[in-house]
Amino acid sequence: MKVLRSMVLVSVDDTSLARGAQDVFRALLDEIDEFGLTDQVAVTTIRDVGIHEDTPLVIVYPDAAVYGSVTVADVHTIVEEHLCKGNIVPSLLAMMHEFGPETGWMRGRRGALPVQKRIVLERAGIVDPESIEDYISYDGYQALGKALTQMTPAEVIAEVDKSGLQGRGGAGFPTGQKWRFVASTPGSPKYVICNADESEPGTFKDRLVLEGDPFSMIEAMTLAGYAVNAQEGYIYIRGEYPLAHRRIENAIQQAEAHGLLGDHIFGTDFSFHIHAHAGAGAYICGEETALIESLEGKRGMPRARPPYPTTYGLFGKPTVVNNVETLANVPPIIRNGAAWYRQVSSSKSAGTKVYTILGNVNFTGAIEVPMGITLREVIDIYGRGMKNDKKLKLVQTGGSSGTIVPASLQDVPLDFEAFRNAGVSLGSGALLVCDEDTCVVDLAKAILRFFRNECCGKCTPCRIGTLRLYEIVSQISEGKASLTDLDLMLRISEAMSEVSNCGLGQTASTALRDFMKYFRAEIETHIVERACPSGVCPVLHSMPDSILTP
Amino acid sequence: MEPEVSELDLASLVDKVVGKHGATRDAIIPILSEINRVLGYVPAAALPEIRRRIQAPQEGMFLADSHLYSAVSFYQMLSLQPIGRHVIRFCESAPCHVIGGRQVIQALQDELGLKPGQTSNDRKWSLLMTSCLGVCSVGPVFLIDDDIHGNVTPEQVPDILARYE
Repeated sequence: MKVLRSMVLVSVDDTSLARGAQDVFRALLDEIDEFGLTDQVAVTTIRDVGIHEDTPLVIVYPDAAVYGSVTVADVHTIVEEHLCKGNIVPSLLAMMHEFGPETGWMRGRRGALPVQKRIVLERAGIVDPESIEDYISYDGYQALGKALTQMTPAEVIAEVDKSGLQGRGGAGFPTGQKWRFVASTPGSPKYVICNADESEPGTFKDRLVLEGDPFSMIEAMTLAGYAVNAQEGYIYIRGEYPLAHRRIENAIQQAEAHGLLGDHIFGTDFSFHIHAHAGAGAYICGEETALIESLEGKRGMPRARPPYPTTYGLFGKPTVVNNVETLANVPPIIRNGAAWYRQVSSSKSAGTKVYTILGNVNFTGAIEVPMGITLREVIDIYGRGMKNDKKLKLVQTGGSSGTIVPASLQDVPLDFEAFRNAGVSLGSGALLVCDEDTCVVDLAKAILRFFRNECCGKCTPCRIGTLRLYEIVSQISEGKASLTDLDLMLRISEAMSEVSNCGLGQTASTALRDFMKYFRAEIETHIVERACPSGVCPVLHSMPDSILTP
Repeated sequence: MEPEVSELDLASLVDKVVGKHGATRDAIIPILSEINRVLGYVPAAALPEIRRRIQAPQEGMFLADSHLYSAVSFYQMLSLQPIGRHVIRFCESAPCHVIGGRQVIQALQDELGLKPGQTSNDRKWSLLMTSCLGVCSVGPVFLIDDDIHGNVTPEQVPDILARYE
């Protein structure tokens, strides 16, 4: 197999071409051949990157060094120093102050664009997910071996605590602290639950881990069991993921056959058993107390909290509930140490985050990058720009329960801290990119229909609120609402977020409230003019978009 | 044709399924799911059969038929009524919606002559709406039985449906 070390991009926009980009491209191919690097370096062209002063540009990944303006005479130096020896050539880098308004954000990166950094997905797609030998040869079970033979449970918890790992399910609760609660709570037996009921619309990061690297879940759960002194674990996989369920069951069998799960793991006194459990289709079961109820064979309705699962969980016993992505971080932390994990990201939140990029961009899929990347970077670099060159209108971050980020706020870095301060949620990591043709009323309707369907019906504000909000938004989309309905929606939304029993009701109207904040004019146009500016709502007539463009 | 399950068959099926998953509380949902998978739905007559095998009052395990009924009626993948031989589950969540899902569901409805939630008279098709299926990078998406169809355009709908007997 050919393993590429670097990727080189040459800009070929009009100004670059006028300044000899083609000759630079040819010279690069020649020099790379001369140094015998053809099999290790890919050379390709890119169109406009928004920089027009220092063209032609030569951008070298993974360091993301931006060279410019490059002449044929510079090529030899770049290939010899950077591609061959691995040193960036500072004298040839593009002048950062010449970056135009569209690329001003690049300045903060000091010459380096963010590259993917895989911890959670490090093995997904590389190893055979049905072979424990493959897993072991890629550092598998090193962490568990180290923990069981060299560390006490308290030391494992301390290491996870020091790493700063926060829950990746949406709430961002510190994982080490959660483990410490359970470890210090009296009661026996204790349980470890892996929450693999990934149902947030637009999210499939956990599926990639479950299907691509199932053994990492088994190892991580065993580590958690050791840390909190539990002998039994459940992995609750949503019913819509049959392949993930089969792979996890296979992983459990193979781990047991190799003595890495079951009684006396690694020949020590520690024993741990894992059960794979399939859900039967209910979004609400992603909420941890609903998940526990469902495991106990009941309707998945969230419990009243406190008591939290850390004290009163499965069968009334102290229980750790962790999301798949959270657990996937644990073996690398134990293997490499908390200090290593801390330096992965430059922002205050530790580690990486897996995002799923969706909607009107050229590339949709999952990426794993250090905390702190901006939406503009996600869309331009990983999403390869907007589809059909349309304009960005908004991004919904964190799935259907997440917040709406208008195009004007796309430079807010994505980490727990900055996101909280700017009033936007990181949630599950789903990034739904919507272009100028999206109608906010139509989108709000789709989102609220989801919550109306998925509300479990236990508490009144959510049961009635989700239905009423959906009805009102439907009326707006049909031109049958009045302006006072907007105030009514805000009142219902406020009540739901304050007094609903669980996260579903508390966040169901997040998007709606943000739509009212950023796109009120568009909603009012539906009501007052009975017109849908994007031409989406079928009953209403469309309008030239110039009326609403600020 | 209505799938007929005789009492004897049902009892032996429940026997087999409970034997496989165990007569414990945490096995209830997997037991119901498996019966639903085998028969296409969970017949009301199966509930007392399951209850009798799991209930163990002397061990503190109390279970009522209504408890099982409440579970079956809660989950989207379980059904109390027989449904079509082929079940279409169309993702109606926002990510599929913004990239053309609206046109695809319209094409499905036109082609089948069904509204969401309905089953055709010959019991060949059921058209159900579902929440996110977790394959959003290839939306719009729908599921026919266990097959995922992604990146669907309205024009492809007749061809896809024609593949099913």
